[in-house]
Amino acid sequence: MQYLDEYRKKDLILALAEELKQVSKQEFTLMEVCGGHTMAIHRFGLPALLPPTIRLLSGPGCPVCVSSQHFLDTAIAYSKIPGSVITTYGDLIRVPGSVSSLEKEKANGRDIRIIYSVLEAVEMARANPDKNIIFLGIGFETTAPATAAAIVEAHKANLPNFFVLSAHKVMPPVMQALVMEGVKIDGFIAPGHVSAITGTAIYNDLAKLHRLGVVITGFEPVDLMLAILMLVRQLESGSPKVEIQYKRVVHSDGNKIAQDLLSKVFEMKDDTWRGLGVIPGSGLKIRDEFAIHDAEKHFDVVVPEPADPKGCICGAILRGLKTPKQCPLFARVCTPSDPVGACMVSGEGTCATYYKYRS
Amino acid sequence: MCLAIPAKVIRVDGASALVTIEDVEYQASLLLLDDVKPGDYIMLHAGFAIEKVDAEEAAETLRLLNEVADNSFQ
Repeated sequence: MQYLDEYRKKDLILALAEELKQVSKQEFTLMEVCGGHTMAIHRFGLPALLPPTIRLLSGPGCPVCVSSQHFLDTAIAYSKIPGSVITTYGDLIRVPGSVSSLEKEKANGRDIRIIYSVLEAVEMARANPDKNIIFLGIGFETTAPATAAAIVEAHKANLPNFFVLSAHKVMPPVMQALVMEGVKIDGFIAPGHVSAITGTAIYNDLAKLHRLGVVITGFEPVDLMLAILMLVRQLESGSPKVEIQYKRVVHSDGNKIAQDLLSKVFEMKDDTWRGLGVIPGSGLKIRDEFAIHDAEKHFDVVVPEPADPKGCICGAILRGLKTPKQCPLFARVCTPSDPVGACMVSGEGTCATYYKYRS
Repeated sequence: MCLAIPAKVIRVDGASALVTIEDVEYQASLLLLDDVKPGDYIMLHAGFAIEKVDAEEAAETLRLLNEVADNSFQ
């Protein structure tokens, strides 16, 4: 496949692994904060190719995993309102809320539909004026612009029956929070598609103030190995900075159209990240101008108090403090077909990834 | 969720484009990207084109990689 196969070539991967062995002298810990990276790293067996000096941590990069129970419970409550249709990306369908899940409610007869593009939900609203179409907005900066575009389109088309329940979040505050909390990180393998939207300036503080290396990375094994090499070179020479490995897609200004849509439709709010608690200024809330499409302003529901499943250590895993193997429930009680915590439910969650690629 | 795939633009119809990934056709909304022409490659994410693939940068990255490969096998 064009622009994919070339970045999967075995000889390039091995050459990069060899170069890494030559260059790496000191011990460094690198964290990735993107579910796509978690998956790619383990799918292509990259940890086995790294020298023992380099440690890789998985951070809170899975937007499904960090969506709060309250968000799920609210969506489930909305599904019980007559005339409502819940539309969602597929990854959310099996995530457990306090008591139930969207999948279970769908089996109980609620109108819950998996869609590929948020624009399908806008179309549904147009075609069904008697129904309330509620879209569950999850995802980071890669995905939030699509929701913003959909809200603008629905507004233009005068569709008061199109709603969004926003759980969209942004990356830099949580990356900062982890560093401020004292999680030992020397560098970040930064999310390639988030950065394609945002541009590189959002990482400047991490490099300048906190002296961490940041390399914006693509999703093929060659991209990841090259990015790790770039990080190690930066750190070995004591010059941490923000660099782009994924130059074929990311440029330093990012996508201005997407950025403008984001600021037009959303404003920052403090938000709850499952397992991490409240991170200030990390969530996206729909601005008052578009309140007519804000599900939270329109629907009044009663939601149970969140209940954290016993024994689940998703919080520590999302911080990179523990690995799935250290969880008493992992692969015994908590499996992809019977998940307890969100880290296992989403295909990109750390636990689901470890489970799939465990030897 | 961060997954985006390179797709080739076949046709542009106003605010959306017909794209292919290995001969399978998809619709890509162009609400987040302008100046898209047939023959361009875009990154497709959740039904939206979020960025173009820069052929020159792609070639440059590969050139760099091949340099590393050549050095390491000397």
